[in-house]
Amino acid sequence: MHELAICDAIATSASKHAHGRPVTRVTVQIGHLRQVVPEALLFSWEVVSGTGDLEGAELVLEQIPAVVLCHDCGEETTLDLPILSCGACGGFEVKLLSGEELLVKSIDLVDA
Amino acid sequence: MGRFHVHADGTGHVHELAEADHVHHDDQSMRDVGDHSGYAETGSTRVTILENLLSENDRVADDNAGRLHDAGVCAVNLMSSPGAGKTTLLRTTLQRLAEQIRIGVLEGDIATRLDADQLEGLGAAAISVVNTSAGFGGECHLDAVMVRSGLGRMPLDRIDLLIIENVGNLVCPAEFRVGEQARAMVYAVTEGEEKPLKYPVMFRAADVVVVNKVDLLPHLDFDLDAFLGNLTSVNPTAQVILASARTGEGVDEWCAWLADRHAELAPTGH
Repeated sequence: MHELAICDAIATSASKHAHGRPVTRVTVQIGHLRQVVPEALLFSWEVVSGTGDLEGAELVLEQIPAVVLCHDCGEETTLDLPILSCGACGGFEVKLLSGEELLVKSIDLVDA
Repeated sequence: MGRFHVHADGTGHVHELAEADHVHHDDQSMRDVGDHSGYAETGSTRVTILENLLSENDRVADDNAGRLHDAGVCAVNLMSSPGAGKTTLLRTTLQRLAEQIRIGVLEGDIATRLDADQLEGLGAAAISVVNTSAGFGGECHLDAVMVRSGLGRMPLDRIDLLIIENVGNLVCPAEFRVGEQARAMVYAVTEGEEKPLKYPVMFRAADVVVVNKVDLLPHLDFDLDAFLGNLTSVNPTAQVILASARTGEGVDEWCAWLADRHAELAPTGH
């Protein structure tokens, strides 16, 4: 249950960039290879966004699929399981293109 | 449309931009996966941040790593689920290695110092406990800030190797770098073959996996080859050590791995 710690980091980042302006929405990107449970994250957000600049701000989660590029055959595979192998040729010589994101993408601020 | 720029620390902003979703960039890790949130509502402005949530943790982790490196201390982050045998392995490790290498132990524990008490009198140069309950409700992992505070109580000039025993948990510790030079994981054969597929973040993070409690294999339906196949599929480069902290099997190999990590840091000795 590290979602609360992650929410705390989201709130810190959003507040820092808001420079005191009220925030209506925070959009985050979470890769599929991150073990973040969306429901737990949204629940933690209720706690973290209860007061201050972020009071009432909505948290939007964009889940990013895990995609690997095969060194052998050049194909890209979107993974259903965390097994880092090529869906086309079965090779294990793959490079991870996405799926490890843990980013605050944007914040929406009330116009001054 | 506003101007997008990336700062030296890897964060970026778009200033005074109402339609930030139109910003495109080349980094594959930030590929466009479709617009889930729409544009900012009327009366509000969207500001693109693209800041890694772990950047603050990672900054402190880098500080910790620098401090350890300057002191000539090799730090190993030891992780596992609860009950896999981290503390028992540490006990045998201290008994075998503490005369050759000065070992400090940083114990991450949610609320007690029971694990630290088990290590007393076995030759550790220093033992310090970091209770994670100081945070909000008791954190399930050590993060870089907690380890920084633990380092403040650790006589770094009197140790060569720092073993950071993380909180027993297969999920959270893997997400938080603390400034370690290497990551070790203890896995017990009582946990089931499928665990690497269920907890890939942890298994991918490990440089070495100590497969513990192998003395129990004759009594279990555990399929070691299936486990090793699953491990390889999520982490092809992990070193594997078959061990029993209880009987001592494999512990020499584990101690040699630790000694090698220390030698990497201080080739001329310390």
